[in-house]
Amino acid sequence: MTQYLVRRLIIAIPSLLGISVILFTVLALAPGDPFEELATNPAIPPDVRANLRASLGLDDPIHVRYLSWLLAMLRGEWGFSFVSRSPVADLILQRLPTTIAVIGAAQLLALAIALPVGIYAATRPYSIFDQIANTLAFVGFSLPTFFTGLLFILLFSIYLDWLPFVFRTQIDATGWRWWWEQLRQSIMPVLVLGLFQGAAWTRFVRSAVLDVIRLDHVTTARSKGISESAVTMRHVVRNAMIPVVTLVALQMPAVFGGAIVTEQIFRVPGIGSLLISAILANDTPVIMGVTFVFACLVVFFNLVADVLYGWLDPRISYR
Amino acid sequence: MNEDDLRQMIGRVQRGTLSRRGFVRRLAAVGLTAPMATQLLALAGISPASAQSLPAYRPGRRGGGGPLRILYWQASTLLNPHFAVGTTNQDASRVFYEPLAGWAQDGTLVPILAAEIPSTDNGGLSADGRTVTWKLKRGAKWHDGQDFSADDVVFNWEYGRNPAVAAVTSGSYRDVNVTKVDDFTVRVEFERPQPFWADAFVASRGMIIPKHLFQNFAGANSRDAPANLRPVGTSPYRFVSFTPGDTLRAELNPSYHMPEHPFFDTVEVKGGGDAVSAARAVLQTGDFDYAWNLQVEDEILKRLEAAGRGRVDIVEGGDIEFVMLNATDPHREVEGERAHISTQHPAFRDPAVRQAMSLLLDRNAIEQFIYGRGGPATANFLNNPPRFRSTNMRWEFNLNRANEILDRAGWVRGRDGIRAKDGVRLRFVYQTSVNTPRQRTQAVYKQAAQRAGIDLELKSVVASVFFSSDVANPDTYTKFWADMQMYTTTMPQADPQLFMNQFVSWEISTRANSWQGRNIVRWRSEEYDRIFRESEGELDPVKRAALFIRMNDLIVGSNHVIPVVGRPRVRASLNNLRPVLSAWDNDFWLLGHWFRET
Amino acid sequence: MLAVLLGPLLWSVPIDEIDFTARLQGPSWDHPLGTDDLGQDLLARILYGGRISLAVGFAAMLVAVTFGVLVGAVAGMSGGRVDAGLMWLTDLFLSLPQLPLLLLIIYLFRDALTQVVGPEIGVFILIVIVIGGFNWMPVARLVRAQFFSLREKEFVEAARALGASRLRLVLRHILPNALGPVIVAATIDVAAAIIAESTLSFLGLGFPPDIPTWGRLLFDAKDNLDFAPHWALFPGLAIFLTVLSINFLGDGLRDALDPRRVK
Repeated sequence: MTQYLVRRLIIAIPSLLGISVILFTVLALAPGDPFEELATNPAIPPDVRANLRASLGLDDPIHVRYLSWLLAMLRGEWGFSFVSRSPVADLILQRLPTTIAVIGAAQLLALAIALPVGIYAATRPYSIFDQIANTLAFVGFSLPTFFTGLLFILLFSIYLDWLPFVFRTQIDATGWRWWWEQLRQSIMPVLVLGLFQGAAWTRFVRSAVLDVIRLDHVTTARSKGISESAVTMRHVVRNAMIPVVTLVALQMPAVFGGAIVTEQIFRVPGIGSLLISAILANDTPVIMGVTFVFACLVVFFNLVADVLYGWLDPRISYR
Repeated sequence: MNEDDLRQMIGRVQRGTLSRRGFVRRLAAVGLTAPMATQLLALAGISPASAQSLPAYRPGRRGGGGPLRILYWQASTLLNPHFAVGTTNQDASRVFYEPLAGWAQDGTLVPILAAEIPSTDNGGLSADGRTVTWKLKRGAKWHDGQDFSADDVVFNWEYGRNPAVAAVTSGSYRDVNVTKVDDFTVRVEFERPQPFWADAFVASRGMIIPKHLFQNFAGANSRDAPANLRPVGTSPYRFVSFTPGDTLRAELNPSYHMPEHPFFDTVEVKGGGDAVSAARAVLQTGDFDYAWNLQVEDEILKRLEAAGRGRVDIVEGGDIEFVMLNATDPHREVEGERAHISTQHPAFRDPAVRQAMSLLLDRNAIEQFIYGRGGPATANFLNNPPRFRSTNMRWEFNLNRANEILDRAGWVRGRDGIRAKDGVRLRFVYQTSVNTPRQRTQAVYKQAAQRAGIDLELKSVVASVFFSSDVANPDTYTKFWADMQMYTTTMPQADPQLFMNQFVSWEISTRANSWQGRNIVRWRSEEYDRIFRESEGELDPVKRAALFIRMNDLIVGSNHVIPVVGRPRVRASLNNLRPVLSAWDNDFWLLGHWFRET
Repeated sequence: MLAVLLGPLLWSVPIDEIDFTARLQGPSWDHPLGTDDLGQDLLARILYGGRISLAVGFAAMLVAVTFGVLVGAVAGMSGGRVDAGLMWLTDLFLSLPQLPLLLLIIYLFRDALTQVVGPEIGVFILIVIVIGGFNWMPVARLVRAQFFSLREKEFVEAARALGASRLRLVLRHILPNALGPVIVAATIDVAAAIIAESTLSFLGLGFPPDIPTWGRLLFDAKDNLDFAPHWALFPGLAIFLTVLSINFLGDGLRDALDPRRVK
């Protein structure tokens, strides 16, 4: 086990390097540059644009740019944003708390819905509860977040006027009022994301539990006279958790990476909106910084998932 | 009104028998309005009175206005005006920094950090048109208490033109020479007589940054300046906090150089999101006071306005949405270059086809059902300031005539209904950037063309690619490797000199200039070139306006350029907010004059 | 779904007929599902767009599921170096920022592909590959995890002891038991692909803007949600019904393949 972990961690380094090479190449080859708005403005001579490109090093060959990025990264320098000319690390750190709070809460909400609903529905397949849960789940992931977000805004902000729909980072209040305001403005983004995620996860949990519930050892346990709920908890859920752990591990990096669409709709200044505006402006250092951290988290959490498999099902061997 | 009449009237103003206001009003009556009038008077030696072009500031006291909440659906990322790539950053910088003068909506200059607007009368403008002398306001202070002086102004010129700084504003500063006359006087010198002298230190590219905070960062280390993100300016509001890509906060500056200004105690500019919800936040819920650039279908805006909380402000400028018909052949390579200047477009070289294309564009429907108040149909490429607007051009949507013209020119419908002649089929690739109204316009145009036997293949390219200067990409608008394309070109100044160079032959976009030439349609006319050259040295504003009108008629008359709609600025504000807006300057050009009616 | 296949035969209003006199109308006899802001008939557009949306949804789902199952099964069965390599690939795809990559793909392949197979099919292939190519990773990881667990189970051991070949082991014993999450993923992927297509067309990669796919209809409708709810309602309903029917299909498939079902 330990040996396996050490080996995986050692592999992680070259594999992250490889990922960074590919990321960088994709970004460098992808079309576009950061000066879209200068282009249609007749007061900016084209050679000013060319000079700007050159000053940002955009005209250097890719491998030169990659090497200078890598060396700076090794020294702990993340580079400067082309667009805001401020350090990439600052930009990311500024947005990290909001992102973790909102997206993290959404993921927790999704789990809080998916686990009980999925398990309960699976223990009573095709009951009325199961039918309703399924229908709602289908509705949940058939509707894109850009749509549900707007629906919520219309309902809760415009018709009922209960919740604000513009997320503010600086609230002029202290103590309880601050927390109250923070809660009010977070409800809608968290709900939109959490329900979408929860709907999909509910289906996965239900299916996983259904698969296990019919297995022999469960029948055996049941025949031994152990109570139904104990059977469900001890024998079914633990075995059914493998796909769930996989999915949660896949989603965990998003707590850092943010959710582009939802952040856009509610103006949540998270990392998702930083990434999308950087992408649209072709702000390579920022994209590179965010995606590289994201890649590290992907690799890390998938490793965590692999370790958890062994804990959930001790028979799984690591080769 | 001819030149003589004008000269007589100017004479009367000089003698004092006609008031300045009367002069402006008379010119307005014949379509030559205020912007022209004031520059005319300035050149004739009569300084313009700026106050008349501004709405009254009624609070009569400083402060007490509470918070002003503004919503931008694009967030600002940087607060140094010399690095402001887009209008969002320019606007955000303008909250803190001021230029010597700004442009009012009527095209007059309003002194801000200048004591007065230069004119021949006050000795600010030289008779040969080669020097401008600015007198600076005394007593203006930076937010940190330091005095503002001529050294700051000269420093901005050095900073802007320094290639190591790589400033966006360098175009305004590198071809002029600036000298300090005394602590409160600065002289700008041009190499050649310059009819349009109000560029350096004026409006969006003229904001002045403090020398004492930037002088150690005036080279390759310019991006390290802490003041890039924590500005110290001269404006009515001073810095509180800034999160790039999110929120900007400012508070009243108690020692602002204009007495009784500003009105609001704090200013918050929140960024991000989309235009429709920004409109909702002002018009429908009233959560914010003002929303910027609402590129939203007018139908939606009207329904939101019906809530009765706010109104839509339309500010007319010179930006124009137009269609280009490629003069060269984008489908054939000559010396390895598509749309090579030596080729001719197989179909568009026939004037009949171009005329038909113009007749098939239903500008009325596009205005009425797509852009609404945000896009009045127009027949001209050059629409504003009004003194440059041609009255000779007409537009018409006429299917039958288009069909007749094509029939007569020998373009015969094939079995699939598409016209062809000598093996050339009327099938065109029509590209534009990704943007809902543009895709709707494409659909309307395509349907009309279909009925005239012309097939349009619609293509949309994401804006960050379409408008990039990436030499390797085939889809950029400057390459124009399509038969037709459509976009908006902006006119940031109240003068067409830089706007109309888009059709001179030496600006043609080719591989040789890395597709950076501004003549993208690749149209050539000796007459146009000659007139343009003439306008560059013409100091007589009346003659100069006539030259620009002729240029407009030449390019529009060729039908290689088909104007679609003008693009005025569309903003939303609460009913009781009184913003001061101008199409020739930033939204916040006079933020200190904004107030709330009680 | 039947309606989408046969619909165009029954409802022959042209999809792009612009009628400014009939804008944003609610359902009526002339336009059973109402009209959009250019006065185009929504029923005709939903039927026409449905064919494309369904084709894209199914094809992209098939690409994602096939590739995901393949990668997951191989990684889960072989372990060791192969597993590490394949998981590296999965991690790579998970961490790639999609937008710049899409732009790169358009830029590199669009013209080449449209020249070979024509614009419509070229765009279709690109979209399916792009959407499928970005959705297989969860399937791969799910299948791999299932394999890890299943290959140690008694019945697999038993089969192995009986001398079943590796391939037979996978196809007959492990894979059918690992299908549960795959089917769920498939239903979700169809919905995701239909929605993703609309996002793509905003990058200029999707179908030309005049083709009314369901995702696009939904996107166009969102700003008019409070004035013309019918515009959004029907495409949303169409996606929901599709997901529902795929799920029935999936459940049926699983029941048919269920190794423990009494025959």
